[in-house]
Amino acid sequence: MSGETATTRTGTAQVLEREPVIWTSGLTKRYGTLTAVDDLDLEVFPGEIFGLLGQNGAGKTTTILMLLGLSEPTEGEANVMGLDPAWEPREVKRRVGYLPDAVGFYGGMTGRENIRYTARLNGLGRREAEAAIDEVLEQVGLADRADDPVETYSRGMRQRLGIADALVKSPDLLILDEPTTSIDPLGVVEILDLLRRLVDERGLAIMLSSHLLTQVQSVCDRIGIFDAGRLVGEGTVEELAAQFGDGTAVIEVGLELATPADVERAGTVLRGLTSVESVEAPSDGSGTWRVHVRPADAEGSVRQAVLVAAVDHGLRLTALRPIVPSLDDIYRTAVNLTAADRSSADRAAVRARSS
Amino acid sequence: MSAAVAPREQRVPHSGWRVIAAKELGDHLLSVRFIVLLIVLGLAAAIPLYFAADRIRAVAEDASGVPAIFLYLFRLGSEQIDILRVDVFVGMVAPLLGLAFAFDAVNGERSEGTLPRLLSQPIYRDDVINGKFAAGMAVIGLVLVSVVALIAGFGMIRLGIVPHGPEVLRLIAWVAATFLYVALWLAFGLLLSVVIRRAATAALIGFGVWLLVSVFGELIKTLVTGFLRPGADASLDTILGSAQIQQFVSRLMPSTLYNDISRVLLDPSVTQVSAPTTIGQVIQGQQRIDTLLTIDQSLLLVWPQIVALVALTVVCFGAAYVAFMRQEVRA
Repeated sequence: MSGETATTRTGTAQVLEREPVIWTSGLTKRYGTLTAVDDLDLEVFPGEIFGLLGQNGAGKTTTILMLLGLSEPTEGEANVMGLDPAWEPREVKRRVGYLPDAVGFYGGMTGRENIRYTARLNGLGRREAEAAIDEVLEQVGLADRADDPVETYSRGMRQRLGIADALVKSPDLLILDEPTTSIDPLGVVEILDLLRRLVDERGLAIMLSSHLLTQVQSVCDRIGIFDAGRLVGEGTVEELAAQFGDGTAVIEVGLELATPADVERAGTVLRGLTSVESVEAPSDGSGTWRVHVRPADAEGSVRQAVLVAAVDHGLRLTALRPIVPSLDDIYRTAVNLTAADRSSADRAAVRARSS
Repeated sequence: MSAAVAPREQRVPHSGWRVIAAKELGDHLLSVRFIVLLIVLGLAAAIPLYFAADRIRAVAEDASGVPAIFLYLFRLGSEQIDILRVDVFVGMVAPLLGLAFAFDAVNGERSEGTLPRLLSQPIYRDDVINGKFAAGMAVIGLVLVSVVALIAGFGMIRLGIVPHGPEVLRLIAWVAATFLYVALWLAFGLLLSVVIRRAATAALIGFGVWLLVSVFGELIKTLVTGFLRPGADASLDTILGSAQIQQFVSRLMPSTLYNDISRVLLDPSVTQVSAPTTIGQVIQGQQRIDTLLTIDQSLLLVWPQIVALVALTVVCFGAAYVAFMRQEVRA
């Protein structure tokens, strides 16, 4: 699913023109000697989905709690919707919908009653609240189970109810801590689609944290990679790939070739193009060649060259597409790079923290 | 979205604690523990009442001039078993009432995972504590008033004794004092629920303290003063001093404070709560003619005890409050 959604991303350029909904500067949180969040500088813009990526214990939840004013930063400052959450937490919480990690509900109350409580705490009037509750329950697909007690819900349903709960105050910004944990794969697709729809329709910004790489990659416009309280990389998947990739890009070329001689010829042609480092011939009958390009940013010109060469040499081209680098690889490289920077004592501390 | 209808500035609730209190009260009234406690307290009132009714009939027959006979309903019980009295029973059950509605107030939210969600709503953090305390007070007030009303109703209808103005005032003052005593235990339960992460542990500790105070309180008092017991050749002053220490120790117990208040408020003929501290006072006490106190005199007599109960409640609530404000949201 990652391939399809990746192509629908909004361009970063248009997003960058606006004021950020979240920015932090030197944000630090220490618990005794343990530094949970270390000198964090972060920006999230309206209309984008920002993914905080990192292992458990990397500082994602602590960062989120500081953004909501639920935890005080040791150093540095945060700004959410133009407000300092440490000083105006109520105002921030009024405008930000938050789905906590492992969200809980009052089991004896129905889903609707739970959401109604949140609506009342947000000062929604009775009629206004009921309309909003109906709408959000419909949006997360819980309308038909809304009047059952929450203790009969599955974990996935609770998670969806949590999103409804965050939405009922009609927030300008959604902060979701591990929104897809414990949801079945089909449910994940639904939720990610919902998030994308919310951003497109309401224009709100979403910050979500996850340790599930493919999900982050499929839905997030920009990603921040967290490791041991530090932001080790930030940007779109492409930008991160350029930063942490091995400097190569991969293009998939589909060719319809009848004879072994044609295959031989196609290989020679592809290898002969500028910036092409190596070419993998299709091992199966798919006819899909993998062309490795170095440097990575020559990928566009190589694609053009393949097109031209195919026409010139009478090769029947059936497919031509760049392979989006896997976030998996980027993440591993990013974390390894920074880990290598640190002293061995530091590394031991990281391991102790994440275990 | 419909929220656009109302300007956002008007949407911030100024009293989040009211929303919380309303929800908590609803939870309490539908909870099993409410029904159980209502039954327990009902029994605690009904059993002594059965004995009291017999004795009141007997008393009423031979003397019509018994003062404040209506209050006998609350402080008379079985002749054989002294503690079978409404006031003693209520004094014993009241702490449980307070603990029952508070021991899982905060740690319950924590273990259910609802605390981060609750605190991420636009309310002040103290709204949570205040709302829960207010809901506890409301449900306790409800229970107390209904039980007392039942007893009073029984007295009026079955025994035909009608309370007079001063008796009604005394009864109201006693209910208010009991309410205050329960509030202390409610605040204590709230403190436990903040400090102790597991509700079951908090309940056990609360129960332990209750046992200590209401059952072993007497035992501790005897133990402490046993060390300080004056010898056989001690002067009267030493003996009186020892009695004073004993009294001081027992006054550290909130149950003693409450029992003192209860005794004085329910019985206009009680004219002193503390043991005499000088020989002069002893003699004075012997020479005193039995008199009946008016309600304001009785209140004046136990004013220190009332103030002490209020102070203890404030300390418990304050500690719960401060601990909660300083706590991390995450466990």
